[in-house]
Amino acid sequence: MYTQALNANPDADTRDLEDAAQLARFEARVADEERIEPNDFMPAAYRRTLTRQISQHAHSEIIGMQPEGNWITRAPSLRRKAALLAKVQDECGHGLYLYAAAETLGTSREELVEQLLSGKAKYSSIFNYPTLTWADIGAIGWLVDGAAIMNQIPLCRCSYGPYARAMIRVCKEESFHQRQGYEIMLTLARGTAEQKEMAQDALNRWWWPSLMMFGPPDAASSHSDSSMRWKIKRFSNDELRQKFVDATVPQAHFIGLTLPDPDLSFDAAAGHWRYGTIDWEEFKQVIAGNGPCNRDRMATRRKAHEDGAWVREAARAFAEKRAATKTAAAA
Amino acid sequence: MVDAATPLWEVFIRSRNGLAHKHAGSLHAADATLALQAARDLYTRRGEGLSLWVVPSSAITASDPADKGMMFEPTASKIYRHPTFYEVPEEVGHM
Repeated sequence: MYTQALNANPDADTRDLEDAAQLARFEARVADEERIEPNDFMPAAYRRTLTRQISQHAHSEIIGMQPEGNWITRAPSLRRKAALLAKVQDECGHGLYLYAAAETLGTSREELVEQLLSGKAKYSSIFNYPTLTWADIGAIGWLVDGAAIMNQIPLCRCSYGPYARAMIRVCKEESFHQRQGYEIMLTLARGTAEQKEMAQDALNRWWWPSLMMFGPPDAASSHSDSSMRWKIKRFSNDELRQKFVDATVPQAHFIGLTLPDPDLSFDAAAGHWRYGTIDWEEFKQVIAGNGPCNRDRMATRRKAHEDGAWVREAARAFAEKRAATKTAAAA
Repeated sequence: MVDAATPLWEVFIRSRNGLAHKHAGSLHAADATLALQAARDLYTRRGEGLSLWVVPSSAITASDPADKGMMFEPTASKIYRHPTFYEVPEEVGHM
């Protein structure tokens, strides 16, 4: 809704006078758990942070279709294939809900897409890893979607209304994703020795990258303070990571798989699973574009966009022709 | 190069007969037919509804949040518009 048929006006907020009184009112509204809506006053930094966060989230959903799309034609049964197709379609839908939310902040869809294609905008590091076997589809659903849910549930209470509403929709759909992933892992883990080995191998490869999804450790995280104050974030990266580990370790044990972390141990006093050191250098490299699949993901996305150009053009031309015919008939 | 803009549409869904259409979200499409098809794919993958409206976002006129006080505040003082403003003796029973 939100009046932004204006397709581009990124500097709209520079007209806002950020006087102290307006800022104080904004901070008070947020502190009071009021939701901020698109036409309300917001500090330029709040708008910038949210535009970056929501659009990166959208880009991640769109790029995230690729690793899983890789196995649609090779799914082991019709049941698995139908579920995977539906899941990949959901990821696309999530990307579109999120783009729409980001657009309410004043940046057009076309610009957001351009930022992804030009490499200016980032997407989640996790989608730069390859899906080598069918078990990877199970691991992604269980771990990657599981981590995403941990991150997204608190975002349903984000101070920015359109983002929070998009997250509510996304979370409702995401729980099917995680369950279908876990079911794949469970089936493999209870199958032949070879199948179990395949499941273990997928877990070994996806575990650490999944932990990295929550972002840098709190001590090194640059955006956290204002995001917390503005109630964009409700929990720190490390808090969410810990929640994820605590929830996931018993699930792995239940299906007889081992986590690839020799330092993993249960801290009975605190009630938490303590995990080993994350390789932040790997994380940095993947973010910087040097992961195993970065170039391939971007090339595929660009090609899909270019291949669709004639469709967008034809649809536009047809709409214009129809509008012109209608005007002529009315005259 | 940034693509030419594709119009924005607002999507409304009636979840079942007897209920009003409710705003579900927005999407981009070149014309109304494509907007309706996209709305079906994007917003009704799980039986969310049985009727869809798509409306060009540019057709919506919205009130300005800055006018919130002028627009909506006066109703707060008109408590006589609510039934609880009036006293009815208990003996009369429910009214």
